[in-house]
Amino acid sequence: MPEVRASSLEEVQNAVRAHPRLRPKGGGSKPALSTPKEGEVLLDLSGLRGILEYTPEEFVFTAYAGTPLMEIEAALRAHGQYLPFHPPLVGQGATLGGTVAAGLSGPMRERFGGLRDFILGVRFVDGEGRLVRGGGKVVKNAAGFPFHRLMVGSLGAFGVMVELSFKVFPYPRATRTLRTGYGTLEEALSALERLRGLPLDLLALDLIPPATLEIRLGGFPGSLEGRLRRLQELLGREGEVLLEDEAHWEGVRDLSFLEGSPIWAKVPSRLDLIPILEGLPLGPRRYMAGGELLYAGLEPEGLHALRRAGIPHLVLKGAEEALFPPPPEAFFRKVKQALDPRGRFPLG
Amino acid sequence: MGFLQELKALFPPGRLLTREAELAPYESDALTAYRRRPLAVVLPERKEEVVEAVRLCHRYGVPFVARGSGTSLSGGSLPVEGGLVLALNRMNRILRLDPKARIAVVEPGVVNLEVSRQAAPFGLYYAPDPSSQPVSTLGGNVAFNSGGAHCLKYGMTAGHVLALEVVTPQGEVVRLGGEGLEGAGPDLHGFFVGTEGLLGVALEITLRLLPKPEAYHTLLAAYGSLEAAGNAVSQVIRSGLLPGAMEIMDRLAIEAAEAAVKAGYPQAEALLIVELEGPKEEVAEEAKLLSEVIRESGALEVRIAQSEAERQAIWKGRKAAFSAVGRLSPDYLVQDGVVPRSRLAEALREIGRLSQAFGLRVANVFHAGDGNLHPLVLYDGKKPGELERAEALAGEILRLCVRLGGSLTGEHGIGVEKKGYMPEMFAPGDLEAMERVKEALDPQGLANRGKVLPEEVYA
Ligand SMILES: Cc1cc2nc3c(=O)[nH]c(=O)nc-3n(C[C@H](O)[C@H](O)[C@H](O)COP(=O)(O)OP(=O)(O)OC[C@H]3O[C@@H](n4cnc5c(N)ncnc54)[C@H](O)[C@@H]3O)c2cc1C
Ligand SMILES: Cc1cc2nc3c(=O)[nH]c(=O)nc-3n(C[C@H](O)[C@H](O)[C@H](O)COP(=O)(O)OP(=O)(O)OC[C@H]3O[C@@H](n4cnc5c(N)ncnc54)[C@H](O)[C@@H]3O)c2cc1C
Repeated sequence: MPEVRASSLEEVQNAVRAHPRLRPKGGGSKPALSTPKEGEVLLDLSGLRGILEYTPEEFVFTAYAGTPLMEIEAALRAHGQYLPFHPPLVGQGATLGGTVAAGLSGPMRERFGGLRDFILGVRFVDGEGRLVRGGGKVVKNAAGFPFHRLMVGSLGAFGVMVELSFKVFPYPRATRTLRTGYGTLEEALSALERLRGLPLDLLALDLIPPATLEIRLGGFPGSLEGRLRRLQELLGREGEVLLEDEAHWEGVRDLSFLEGSPIWAKVPSRLDLIPILEGLPLGPRRYMAGGELLYAGLEPEGLHALRRAGIPHLVLKGAEEALFPPPPEAFFRKVKQALDPRGRFPLG
Repeated sequence: MGFLQELKALFPPGRLLTREAELAPYESDALTAYRRRPLAVVLPERKEEVVEAVRLCHRYGVPFVARGSGTSLSGGSLPVEGGLVLALNRMNRILRLDPKARIAVVEPGVVNLEVSRQAAPFGLYYAPDPSSQPVSTLGGNVAFNSGGAHCLKYGMTAGHVLALEVVTPQGEVVRLGGEGLEGAGPDLHGFFVGTEGLLGVALEITLRLLPKPEAYHTLLAAYGSLEAAGNAVSQVIRSGLLPGAMEIMDRLAIEAAEAAVKAGYPQAEALLIVELEGPKEEVAEEAKLLSEVIRESGALEVRIAQSEAERQAIWKGRKAAFSAVGRLSPDYLVQDGVVPRSRLAEALREIGRLSQAFGLRVANVFHAGDGNLHPLVLYDGKKPGELERAEALAGEILRLCVRLGGSLTGEHGIGVEKKGYMPEMFAPGDLEAMERVKEALDPQGLANRGKVLPEEVYA
């Protein structure tokens, strides 16, 4: 398969100008998205890496798009900070650009919001090889068209991201996890629904079918025990408390529960959708962020069932068409034409 | 039939305004230095009427401007000469409020504060809180990606909009986004937010609601210099705290606020307000750390609100600061540039120097947590040349913000007012990309023509 490597902005621009069809790849942790199709040249961005600016006091960093998240998280951790949207597949080598293009957030998105809430700016190379900047490097900015937000979930359709700026937050000083099982899905769902409406500032609130909730708290060591007790009282049950919960949640955000499934999919979910989804032949799965984000491991029949039911999703691993349904034509097509008139990039 | 005749067929008398006296109130927004006479104003009550009006404009090549409450401070809702104004205030219904899904689906003319009011019985609220929230509309908030005092922690409007129904300038109706927090595919609704009405008109907006914080801890600290207050902000951040809001006022702003609402503020060179919010146990712990940090920051006086009434008293002066400045000066210009937080002190020093050099007073009130400045340039429009001098000073402040690595605007948008400064922040290639997107969606350049994109690129 034809392949080019780009380790600098200029090399990205040259590659874009030289090849009629390109598929960018960061760490390759989401093969359904980064494996080239017929006629496409693979643009390997793993060399375009490194943190360009990081001022802990600003809660902001800027890095090359091919930087592995592991590297970014290590730098942030040294200053007690983190990416609050908790990007998945870090252990598998996910890069910043790939995470943005796929639009992925992990379990701790529950507390402060998803990827789309933390991206501040982008520099990307459009379909004509031109460099374009959107957004900025400060936590608040309303100037110009927000191209950085357009990149979220874009699957690389509008350009090759070169550089990205993000907002970060202080990492909670201590965490605890409460795991509690219910008799039926309905009971678990009703507890989930109740917790969503309360001002408990949960770091994570996950439903593991058939009927288990995992609830993560984070904060000051001095307040955590009290908050945990209140949570137990609210739920009217002791549950199982994980004191050392870090490794557990790292496994969750690396989607280790999907290992062994041929197809991995992200499904935007909702409380009212869960009973419907639970009626489909889906494999191992976990609903994150209060039930609004499902990662599921599928066999081909599970994928067909999702499509038959008309439920939007993104395939991260396995299968032919990654995105269902395609983006809404009237708006998407025109923006695409403006930035990628020759259709060099995916979703062409 | 001509354009106006067709409009008449769409809008009954009273909802199509064409007479001079009827048009006058729509000639400007809150930036009253700019005025333009539209051809007509329509008052749609249903989204189908907006769509039909946009299609007519498309067919006849008539430019149009969507307008919410007209509180834009950057001339964003200024009409186009000879164009149509779509005044959307009457589209003010909350179509659905679903506490279980934690969403509200609203028409664009719904006033920001109304959403929180309706959500309150369910313990929920709508987080973005521009200070214009009692009057500004969600359509306007979406167009400008508006924010308020709580942006650092909760982000701006873009993070709280889950879906949009939009009519494009060519009259096509599209749905962007969905009803949940997550999506699959490009974040097109996220992209629409902040494009200042150049890419179409929002017909319906789906908002995320959040549980109302359980407890607040509000602290007011007085400092001997603006710099000391600015440094305190950095110390708070370095300590690992994440306050809901951090606001600073300088001496001039304090004096104005005192004269206006008698908030009982200490007299000082600068005041810092820090507000923590969250679960009560957590806030109690954070408050201990905050006291330590503030003690070490050299505060001259510290007050902590002991009740909701005392909390409101602290905020009262801050909230009155802008209008109160009106007492110190017949006129003022307000900017809202952003600088990296660590450069706040430098920015304020330079603003002080510029103020001296231009011979005009500048009052400072700002969202210190996000480095979002609000310098108020005081001037007297009756004195020849003062407005021009004030504009020149404001322009220097904008350049300063960009030079320090910040932005031209944190929340008020570019509009007509700041479009001339866009090339200071963006390279020609960046602006061309914006222009290409605009052209692709709006080949005739009808939607909010003449805003955001600077002339030389847009021509
Ligand atoms: C006293 C005061 C305080 C303010 N405080 C803040 C603040 O704290 N934070 C902040 O961010 N702003 C603030 N503003 C600015 C202003 O209130 C906001 O920008 C607000 O979002 C504008 O809303 P509006 O309904 O008045 O919109 P308008 O002024 O009517 O319009 C603003 C822009 O939105 C476009 N627009 C309106 N409706 C639609 C629609 N349905 N679809 C597409 N485009 C549309 C218009 O064309 C225009 O470009 C303040 C203004 C005032 C006067
Ligand atoms: C040109 C102008 C003149 C005004 N004159 C008067 C007056 O004489 N008397 C009166 O009662 N009201 C006046 N108002 C309205 C007055 O500013 C608001 O009623 C009041 O300040 C509301 O602000 P807040 O408390 O919500 O703002 P705060 O909480 O103090 O504001 C914080 C945010 O407010 C924004 N902001 C608030 N007010 C303004 C403003 N005026 N201009 C720009 N940004 C603002 C900033 O964006 C900032 O983000 C005027 C408004 C404008 C635009």
